[in-house]
Amino acid sequence: MKIKINLGAISEPMQSEKLKTGDWGTHYPVVDKEKCTACKTCEQYCPDLCIEVEEFGEEKYAAVDYNYCKGCGICSSVCPFEAIKMELKDIFKFEVC
Amino acid sequence: MKQVVRGFYSVAYAVKLCKPNVICAYPITPQTEIVENLAAMYANGELGDAEYITAESEFGAASMLVGASAAGARVFTATCSQGLILMSEVLFNAAGMRLPIVLVNTNRALSAPLSIWNDHQDSMAMRDAGIMQVYVENNQEAHDMIPQAYKVAENRKVLLPFMICMDGYKLTHAYEPVDLLDQETVDSFLPPYEPAAYMTTRKPLAFGCYAPPHIYMEFRVAMQQAMERARDVMLEVYKEWAEVSGRDWGGHIVVDYPDSKIFVVAMGSVVGLLRKVVEELRNEGLSVGLIKIRTFRPFPIDELRKALKDAERVVALDRSVSFGYEGPVSIELKSAIYGHSSAEVYSYTVGLGGRDMPKDFLEGIIRDVVEGKEKPGFAFKGHHDFEEVVP
Repeated sequence: MKIKINLGAISEPMQSEKLKTGDWGTHYPVVDKEKCTACKTCEQYCPDLCIEVEEFGEEKYAAVDYNYCKGCGICSSVCPFEAIKMELKDIFKFEVC
Repeated sequence: MKQVVRGFYSVAYAVKLCKPNVICAYPITPQTEIVENLAAMYANGELGDAEYITAESEFGAASMLVGASAAGARVFTATCSQGLILMSEVLFNAAGMRLPIVLVNTNRALSAPLSIWNDHQDSMAMRDAGIMQVYVENNQEAHDMIPQAYKVAENRKVLLPFMICMDGYKLTHAYEPVDLLDQETVDSFLPPYEPAAYMTTRKPLAFGCYAPPHIYMEFRVAMQQAMERARDVMLEVYKEWAEVSGRDWGGHIVVDYPDSKIFVVAMGSVVGLLRKVVEELRNEGLSVGLIKIRTFRPFPIDELRKALKDAERVVALDRSVSFGYEGPVSIELKSAIYGHSSAEVYSYTVGLGGRDMPKDFLEGIIRDVVEGKEKPGFAFKGHHDFEEVVP
């Protein structure tokens, strides 16, 4: 089967959405809904627009887009309320024998 | 209309007639007066609505042309030597992005030591970029190549940058009678540029995007295929040019005295003098012919195989050297005729950094090969005996 390539590797906008980068990192952020005050500090610091404060019914707190978050941990380190913890992904949990 | 003009003007005037949208350049000897002439035309309002941008470096000039070309503009620049290799990072990209940029390289030696004089080392360093290269013999050919370069580069089957290589000083600074084209002739030959893809603010595009290993190779194969198609497109365009202008510069190579046993192969302005030398040697009854290589990229494989099929000896004159091997023209010539000709190849690198190549010198080289005084292989010719000392 013939694949199609664009002349001159020309690409239209928004193509990078197709490339999910969420599996690149070793850690992932977990938001503690109770501690989060929806202050949006993490939102301003995230280099990849992967954390946003959203409304969930009555509640309002930061939500992570795990499709693209690379686990850099900036959100966790800038959070004034220590509401974001970085967890090691299961596949990186090795047992040393 | 025939006029006595310098090489600079013959190029600039032809560029003007091709109605470029964007010209962007940085001065470098011996190219500067090409873009100076264009700047004067721009200042006089002769370039229509073209943009003339003075860049802060050749890297900047080439980068702006990539942007302009991606936005659908017909573009032009001229450079050489250090300027060309400063552009090289951008030009490799331009080829990969399949942008039909036309540039004139006024061949000059590379540093170090610093030299502003003529040889072919600069354009040879760009050999593998995916840029078409044609070497011209005189200023009329340089003048005529400009519209042809646009027509080939902009052909949808090709879409690659086109570099016209003309010898610095020997051509650029020389006054020659040049039959200057008129606007009607160029307009009838060269249609306005219709880009295959171009970006606007309404339709943004990214050119030359990231290609991981599973897809990169296909783009490079596509460039090779475009270069292969360019062989035929060039021949069609050359033929059409001969009909339109009445001047036939031949195909990828031009062979004088095809029935000869011994051939001299060369590119650029030295061909004019070699023609005279070969003519005189033939008058003595020697079986010597001349092959002028016009198109260096794509390399004229089939033409050379055919021309050298029954040749016994070939003298390949290079104006550059690949240190640790020999001159690029010789290397590629041997590679092309391997298995197709049993000719012995005598590879000589001559005239580096503007070293003079007078008639007697060239005649002597050929005569030595004809008389069997030389062994096949590589040598520099025309340099002094020397010893390196520590200062």
